[in-house]
Amino acid sequence: MPAFPASARSALAKTQQRANLRGATHTIRAKRAQVVAEVPEWEALRVAGADAKDEALTHLADYLEQLEESLTARGAAVHWARDAEEANRIVVDLVRAKGVDEVVKVKSMATQEIELNEALEAAGIGAWETDLAELIVQLGHDRPSHILVPAIHKNRSEIRDIFTSEMGKVGRPAPDDLTDEPARLAEAARLHLREKFLRAKVAVSGANFAVADTGTLVVVESEGNGRMCLTLPETLISVVGIEKVLPTWGDLGVMLQLLPRSSTGERMNPYTTMWTGVHDDDGPQEVHVVLVDNGRSHVLADPVGRQALRCIRCSACLNVCPVYERTGGHAYGSVYPGPIGAVLNPQLRGTTSEIDASLPYASSLCGACFDACPVRIDIPELLVQLRGTVVEQGGHRAESAAMRAAAWVLSDPKRLAIAQRGATLAGRIVGDRTVRRVPGLGGWTDARDLPTPPTETFRQWWAREHADGHAGDEQGGGR
Amino acid sequence: MSAVAADLRVALFATCFNDTMWPGTPKAVVRLLERLGVRVEFPMAQTCCGQMLTNTGYARRAAPLVEHFVDVFEGYDAVIAPSGSCVGSVREQHPMITRLAGDPDLESRVEAVRPTVFELSEFLVDVLGVTDVGAYFPHRVTYHPTCHSLRMLRVGDRPLQLLRAVRGIELVELPGAEECCGFGGTFALKNADVSVAMGQDKADHVLETGAEVLVTGDNSCLAHIGGILGRRGSTVRRLHLAEVLASTEGDVA
Ligand code: SF4
Repeated sequence: MPAFPASARSALAKTQQRANLRGATHTIRAKRAQVVAEVPEWEALRVAGADAKDEALTHLADYLEQLEESLTARGAAVHWARDAEEANRIVVDLVRAKGVDEVVKVKSMATQEIELNEALEAAGIGAWETDLAELIVQLGHDRPSHILVPAIHKNRSEIRDIFTSEMGKVGRPAPDDLTDEPARLAEAARLHLREKFLRAKVAVSGANFAVADTGTLVVVESEGNGRMCLTLPETLISVVGIEKVLPTWGDLGVMLQLLPRSSTGERMNPYTTMWTGVHDDDGPQEVHVVLVDNGRSHVLADPVGRQALRCIRCSACLNVCPVYERTGGHAYGSVYPGPIGAVLNPQLRGTTSEIDASLPYASSLCGACFDACPVRIDIPELLVQLRGTVVEQGGHRAESAAMRAAAWVLSDPKRLAIAQRGATLAGRIVGDRTVRRVPGLGGWTDARDLPTPPTETFRQWWAREHADGHAGDEQGGGR
Repeated sequence: MSAVAADLRVALFATCFNDTMWPGTPKAVVRLLERLGVRVEFPMAQTCCGQMLTNTGYARRAAPLVEHFVDVFEGYDAVIAPSGSCVGSVREQHPMITRLAGDPDLESRVEAVRPTVFELSEFLVDVLGVTDVGAYFPHRVTYHPTCHSLRMLRVGDRPLQLLRAVRGIELVELPGAEECCGFGGTFALKNADVSVAMGQDKADHVLETGAEVLVTGDNSCLAHIGGILGRRGSTVRRLHLAEVLASTEGDVA
């Protein structure tokens, strides 16, 4: 994966995708703003949400133990996975033990993060995504580009084409006369998926929350596909990041107000499914929970960085991000795109790869993400801190030298005044002509004129005007 | 007003960028404040808040700049800067930089100076308690509220209150005003393509308004949007808020 600026450049060239993204993010942005404005105590809710997650994270080991106990007491089996490989192996073994060659899947970021579908496929097991947008991505042999709406970069007619050409290869084909009306597309997906729901013996899900004191897992969704997977198959395997734990059942009250409003812009999502262990003759008769670390305890060790683990994957930060709006999710090189991806990926994976070292810089630090985040993750603060990490790991040699020089100049007024003489000299040479191109500043001057430097700096003017020394001290003075 | 104003010991923090590239802005601040009865000092030893270093990942290198900033500006009742982003840097980043530097003495000095540093519109509205600064500017104007003023400093509609009170002005709303223009310091160079894409949209919105003048509280954003407008051959003028507020009947505006 190349560094962000390069992949962003190719994404920017896709005009249809840019139009799709702009339309979709602006629509959901407006919806979110409206339903958030309806809640007078929104700020207090955000604080409560952040507090609940922080409580869980500060005592993570204790709450995870409690979760394991509650789950086991209610008949679920708990598995621990240190990394993606271990998690995938556990799931593959569980599916194999059931003697099946396919599973249905509830949309889940954790399974995407560990690339479970690929691992299952390598083991000869088909994993069918049942979320509509996820299905579109899977059928289109594409990658998700948004946390909540993985096919946000596609429009209706592109989706119709994918359904028509691909559905038949893996199950019930799309009807011959399929149009790009949303209702017709949804109906085609429903018929295609129904066969899979009714046939599947094993389902794989993630969880939005895992409540420690009751051992309850929660999935919040809009379409009902998740509920089909969570109730019909005999065996349910839930793959859950360890940061998903919430201390108490009561904390859900806060989270279920924050999440739907922030993610889909709805007051409440249509389906909230909760499962607690195994119940005779009702729902799956075998429940496995795989608790995945995969870099999370490393993130937890950093007192500032750990706030990224509060993330409830609502995607509000993506929808308000001006950078994401223009590049889309693929440019971030991970299943976590947008502002949260820019901080989470380098934290989870380290900053040694080109893409991870570039992600902290994929932001203008405009702060819109922090304002939108329901659990008050200070993404700009994290970005700045991570930039420091990249620099300390020797990220940018030429830049480092330039910054050292800048710091040297800027820490002393005499040196600054000398440097300014260069600028005003340039100003006198250029006069009032427009500056179109400066060697070495291509990044700026390709599409922007440069401001013309003035012939006199402010401090020169001030020194001249206040030659009597009425205020301030002499040029370059000070302590 | 002048009772408050005359008693205050006020320093102008021109910011290194304005000092070097846009001297008209701090000059306008001086003119405006003196008109309002404030005696402004310009400590010549001042340099830079360190924002560029910090935002690029060199927070540790910014520590000497923070120390220098405190040396220069401690002891004033108010330090005024015509830049939302530099004030944001002093308020939000200086504590972080000193914490990183592990200098508790400096930390407490930073804590003492921090609350005295104001962005221009904050100082006028909150400290002096004025919204009508007696300006005259008979032009069609649109205002871009910069991200750092809006979301770091939360200046709210203070700049608009000030602009609305300007005589002769015709204020037109900028579509998508709260969206980032794409400048973002070194972001404009490191992610030049995305930065320009954002700036193009901002420039489109400016042109849609039919305004003669684009006004912001930060010359860095103005340089970026202006650079794009300029490349398009646009005749829209670009002015800092201070320059509009400093204008009076006497000026050939
Ligand atoms: S960082 Fe905040 S806004 Fe972004 S997805 Fe996570 S919870 Fe939502």
